[in-house]
Amino acid sequence: MFSPTDDPGPNFAELLRRVGLQPPTPATTLEGVLTITHGTTVVAVRYADGVVMAGDRRATSGNLISHRAIEKVFPADRHSGVAIAGAAGPAMDMVKLFQLQLEHYEKVEASALSLEGKANQLSAMVRNHLPAAMQGLAVVPLFAGFDLARGSGRLFQYDVTGGRYEETNYASTGSGSLHASTVIKLGFGEAMTRETTLDLAIKALFMAADEDSATGGPDLVRGIYPTMATITEEGFTRVEEAEVAERFGELVGAMTRREAEQANLVAETTSDHGGLQA
Amino acid sequence: MTMPFYVAPEQVMKDRADYARKGIARGRSLAAVVYDAGILICAENPSSTLRKVSEIYDRIAFAGVGKYNEFDQLRIAGVRAADLKGYAYSREDVDARSLANQYASILGQVFTHEMKPMEVEILVAEVGRERAGDRLFHILYDGTVMDEDDFTVLGGEAEAINTRLEEAWSDDVDLAGALQAAVAALAGPDRTLTTGDLEAAVLERTDARRAFRRLEDDEVAALLT
Repeated sequence: MFSPTDDPGPNFAELLRRVGLQPPTPATTLEGVLTITHGTTVVAVRYADGVVMAGDRRATSGNLISHRAIEKVFPADRHSGVAIAGAAGPAMDMVKLFQLQLEHYEKVEASALSLEGKANQLSAMVRNHLPAAMQGLAVVPLFAGFDLARGSGRLFQYDVTGGRYEETNYASTGSGSLHASTVIKLGFGEAMTRETTLDLAIKALFMAADEDSATGGPDLVRGIYPTMATITEEGFTRVEEAEVAERFGELVGAMTRREAEQANLVAETTSDHGGLQA
Repeated sequence: MTMPFYVAPEQVMKDRADYARKGIARGRSLAAVVYDAGILICAENPSSTLRKVSEIYDRIAFAGVGKYNEFDQLRIAGVRAADLKGYAYSREDVDARSLANQYASILGQVFTHEMKPMEVEILVAEVGRERAGDRLFHILYDGTVMDEDDFTVLGGEAEAINTRLEEAWSDDVDLAGALQAAVAALAGPDRTLTTGDLEAAVLERTDARRAFRRLEDDEVAALLT
């Protein structure tokens, strides 16, 4: 027990520091000495009932695929979720600590943090991680949740310094985020349904995987599909893998048909062309 | 130089115990009852913000009677110990028995070494996957730990309430039955307790990670009718 003036209060990270369980920061850069496992593309999109979060399943170490089925989208608490990109080890640890921090606060204070408070808490954690980020262990999360006070979904993007940027419609982070966010930007509409939003996120991840080697596409052979979740007034709900697989199947089917039609078109024009020449 | 009066250790301990017991008897009592699908903890507590029953970990709850600031300090110490252990090892490694032992050593230490003993009695309850895994640890102001099976009562009038509860409790009681029995036992023959006087929470035997759930006033009212 702590004395009243020296009490860490509901702050779990501070408690860890007091008892000496804080993870150490590497003193020198690890780049070139060790290959660090990295996680890649995650997206969050606001829709009518809240937020959809999705992330691919690939982790890479340099040019190697180190994991095919890593999870990057996690519930932070009942009404919020966190998705990660960057050095996988510290990122997983950050998520674990963030989840615990929110739960610890809720239990000690007997009430949950506001969504704003949770976003700021994550910002502080990313900022504290900056020394490790400077040594090549950058972690850049996405945070999204349903704000019960406002009655709408909200999403937050971060940078390595702990900068916290609230986005109105969608957010994305990781190596494939450029491609993913372009797809979402073009397809986004106000008050989309759950189905449309899931399809849009799926398309974004598919296109990111198509262009970025560090982002994994759907693995039809092993049946590994991106992790997807919705956060609504009812809370964080993981989308069933069967549903994700079915939606991916539709996208793959549509794209295969389009490619085939294009190939036919090319064949027809060349044969027409050839005919004219003859 | 003045000589301190000699006081026999037996007398010192007896005085401290009497002091603690008096402090505890001033507050209202609390009952924990095992029912078919979990553990019910029901306290007589007119305040709806200062809680006597709360969550410690996934399947563990805490309840205290006596001096509020003292058992609330113990509650926070328990949340910290549980969260730290879960972080350092694994969530499965956090259990009520080890927590009860930690509480017992804190209370025992304070009882013998501090100026004033803690005027509290606490309960650490854990719901198991099976009925046989349920645990109720009742810890007294001096660090005495009691491992109870089906139900336990904390507070000043514990004995009388315990007798009443023993008559009403049965092995296959459901939540409504358990709550009715607990409320009747707490109230006694001469009083009736309404939802405003009660604080109730359950540890449910479910597959969900967090088993603790507070029963809101309207739910308590529905279960009591």
